[in-house]
Amino acid sequence: MRAAIGIYLLLAATSTALADVDPAVLEAEARRIAVIDRAKDSVLAVFSADGKGGGSGVVISPDGYALTNFHVAKPCGNAMKCGMADGNVYDAVIVGVDPTGDVALVKLFAPDGNGDFPHAELGDSDDVRLGDGALVMGNPFLLASDFQPTVTYGIISGVHRYQYPAGTLLEYADCIQTDASINPGNSGGPLFNAAGRLIGINGRASFDKRGRVNVGVGYAISINQIRNFLGCLHGGRIVDHASLGATVGFDGEGRVVVIDILEDSDAYRRGLRYDDEIVSFGGRPITTPNGFKNVLGIYPKGWRVPLSFRRGGRRYDVLVRLAGVHSEGELIEKTLGRSARPPMPIPEPDGEPGGEGERPRGDHSPKDRQQPIPMPGGKRGPQPPSGKQPPMPAVVQKHFEERRGYANFYFNRLHRKRVWDAWAASGSLAQAADDWTIAGPLEGGGRFRCEIGDGGAAIDLPAGRTEWKAGEELGEATRLPGQRPEAVRGGFLPALYLWRRLAVEGPEGFGEVYYLGTAPLADVDGLSDVLVGLHAGAECWFFFAPDDGRLLALEMFAEENADPCEVLLSEYRQVGESTLPGRMEVRGGDDLYGVFQVEQFDLETEKSAGR
Amino acid sequence: MVMLKRYHRLPKSFRLRLGVLAAAVLAAAGPACAAVSVYEAIDRAQPAIVKIYGAGGLRGLEPYQSGLLVSADGHVLTVFSYVLDTDAIAATLADGRRFEARLLGADPRLEVAVLKIDAADLPHFDLQRAVELEAGARVLALSNLFGVATGDEPASVQHGFVSVKTRLQARRGVFETTYDGPVYVLDAVTNNPGAAGGALVARGGELAGMLGKELRNARNNTWLNYAIPISELRESVEAIGAGGFVARPAEPEGKPARGWTLARLGIVAVPDVVEWTPPYVDSVRPGSPAARAGLRPDDLVVLVGDRLIRSCKALNEALEHVDCEDPLNLTVQREQELVEFVLEASNEENSGQP
Repeated sequence: MRAAIGIYLLLAATSTALADVDPAVLEAEARRIAVIDRAKDSVLAVFSADGKGGGSGVVISPDGYALTNFHVAKPCGNAMKCGMADGNVYDAVIVGVDPTGDVALVKLFAPDGNGDFPHAELGDSDDVRLGDGALVMGNPFLLASDFQPTVTYGIISGVHRYQYPAGTLLEYADCIQTDASINPGNSGGPLFNAAGRLIGINGRASFDKRGRVNVGVGYAISINQIRNFLGCLHGGRIVDHASLGATVGFDGEGRVVVIDILEDSDAYRRGLRYDDEIVSFGGRPITTPNGFKNVLGIYPKGWRVPLSFRRGGRRYDVLVRLAGVHSEGELIEKTLGRSARPPMPIPEPDGEPGGEGERPRGDHSPKDRQQPIPMPGGKRGPQPPSGKQPPMPAVVQKHFEERRGYANFYFNRLHRKRVWDAWAASGSLAQAADDWTIAGPLEGGGRFRCEIGDGGAAIDLPAGRTEWKAGEELGEATRLPGQRPEAVRGGFLPALYLWRRLAVEGPEGFGEVYYLGTAPLADVDGLSDVLVGLHAGAECWFFFAPDDGRLLALEMFAEENADPCEVLLSEYRQVGESTLPGRMEVRGGDDLYGVFQVEQFDLETEKSAGR
Repeated sequence: MVMLKRYHRLPKSFRLRLGVLAAAVLAAAGPACAAVSVYEAIDRAQPAIVKIYGAGGLRGLEPYQSGLLVSADGHVLTVFSYVLDTDAIAATLADGRRFEARLLGADPRLEVAVLKIDAADLPHFDLQRAVELEAGARVLALSNLFGVATGDEPASVQHGFVSVKTRLQARRGVFETTYDGPVYVLDAVTNNPGAAGGALVARGGELAGMLGKELRNARNNTWLNYAIPISELRESVEAIGAGGFVARPAEPEGKPARGWTLARLGIVAVPDVVEWTPPYVDSVRPGSPAARAGLRPDDLVVLVGDRLIRSCKALNEALEHVDCEDPLNLTVQREQELVEFVLEASNEENSGQP
């Protein structure tokens, strides 16, 4: 075969010399055309309900969930329209937003109700290398009046790039840099690798003396970052980014060290101190402060990630809980407050291309250099929003619930129910309205017995009995032989009580329960579904296995800025009609409080047995 | 392998013809057809790219640019720009190590400079092995445009082609530069802050040019993406290495008894108020050697002989080292041109007071 091609090449050279194209080139071209042809079907042109231009987007699942930029979705409001390459326009509703990271999740609705949208396959942005081919698709300058996306091609110019926040909000950490043209209108659209897999969402570019047109430097949010947020976005939330409670910088010798740290941060509790050298974070070796910010920028608030640091020649490996960047009020204000600024003028779809007509401006201040890509300016300059939005389409109204602090509470309710139903189906604890009794041997000797009921909880240990009544301050510690009493502040008993309360009362009766999204759990592969319950001043996180709905762990925070009580449940086994844990491992901070082997798990007391 | 076996069974005359044709096909395909992947090309070039930090920070004048290592012991090729107008130039290498850099010398005609850092065994480009490019050649541009990369983060890579090789100053005054030699005009947008001094490499990773400064065409307000071919720079780099075009402070020995002074020349320079006041001519005394030679107000002195002049202070020092009985070679920048003058004392002046 190779010989045939070889001879063909040589013979071709004799006859028409340079006019013939190397078959390898033709093959590469055909492959590229095929990739583009398939990928274009998932690309969206995003508009506000009154038809004014917004930007681009990309569908990521057959039931119509799609990604775009927050700064594209926000001016559209809660309902938007999305044009696809099939020429149709679909209604879409906002699902979840990540304002700091500039990501929004929306959901499209098929008119016949059957979701079978062409969608992009997600790639792995950590596999991306300098020099890889890259395809950008979207609707720059609103050229696509028939919704056929514009395609531009380039290479990957840089990876793990850090872009400082523009204004007060958008920070692009760990982003992908490309020289494929990204222009106003491309925001929110896909960055595909040469195989047509989604590796990023385009949203920023470095603009300079030529005004807001591409100068060979564009940035995309990495898909791996978006994956970390996806569970939270599906939950209809306004998701905050992470902070460590410490800032880092170069020391005189080019090492990355802690230059500031909050004493009430989890990092401090795990032992991090001023001047410690950061070795790795989130599993990534850290060699520059920007590299550190890159890692921090890809995680949502509340995740627990590994951190390694060095002091005096000794290396420390810990897991730190990441706090948020904003307070809840701050985040909501910033999310809502953006519409108080004059929105980027949204030109008529068949109006001027915008950017081409702009004169190079003399405005070179550093903040203006890296900008989210707004829509083209138009000669009249920014205009206020054009009157009222048209009423929400019926299908969107059905899928939207307003609630302060959420992008769309409808989806939070949906996932809260999904996780609860899966838990109920897996273990069936809900029937157990009576008191629970859990007993068995303690690892390390002795026996224990817990009683949990509506009024509180109690535990019998070799050292004695401790009772806790619901309503009492969640500050009781329980002593185990050999354990320090302060090993668990806000203790084990309240955690057990909340566990039973969720099982028996359900998410509506518990108090306030919301779906957080997905988060990692130590020693567990992949992400778990998390419900967060608030009751009596305590916050309890419940981690569920996404495949079978089992409760894997509880983390109970009796107070802010303190380590939670962690209860890890494992060795599930069938007991009658229920699936119950055979082992409870209880931790507080860096200490193991105890391991409880569950021999007996009764869901009713002797009293009720007689009824 | 299969093809070779069959080749040997063919009649000799046919083999000869095939051989010639094969050579022709390979030659037509160009020097980079030996399947160097783009990743290998980038890997070859990245270790020699330098991130330079210096003066600037005002609107439109970023305090950074790019450079290329051209020797194992730390010579860095870059553009001669305002970024270098400071004693505190820093150079960060691809491996993240940061060095103090000093300006070894600069040729203002080409707007090229060579810095020196104190290091050894560095990966570098060999200027002697730089390649020439034709229009249509595929290229990669590596630089730290917009200062995106810090520490050991890799420089940015852009792809493109050489659109044409042409002379820059087809019409004088069109571009704000004194360089009027050949350039590669590129279709990659390299005309960005921080890109100047970066590497233009051929598809196989071989160095071909140095990315030029941000240049605007004054007539149509467009910005030019270009690189200077290495072949144009080699001579100046060698001259700088040999001691020419340097801005070093003058040695005390070898100073003539009576050197030139600005007063003797008939030049009044602008007031020397900052550390590095650029030596502009403010006025010229009628009848003086300067007036006779043709100097005018607003001329900027850049060279005294082959010594680089970067400040009024340096100008005065350099003049003291030329005997006032000898003619003085002065190169000035007048608008976008470099003009050379020879200034001589007249007989009356020599016999007058010092």
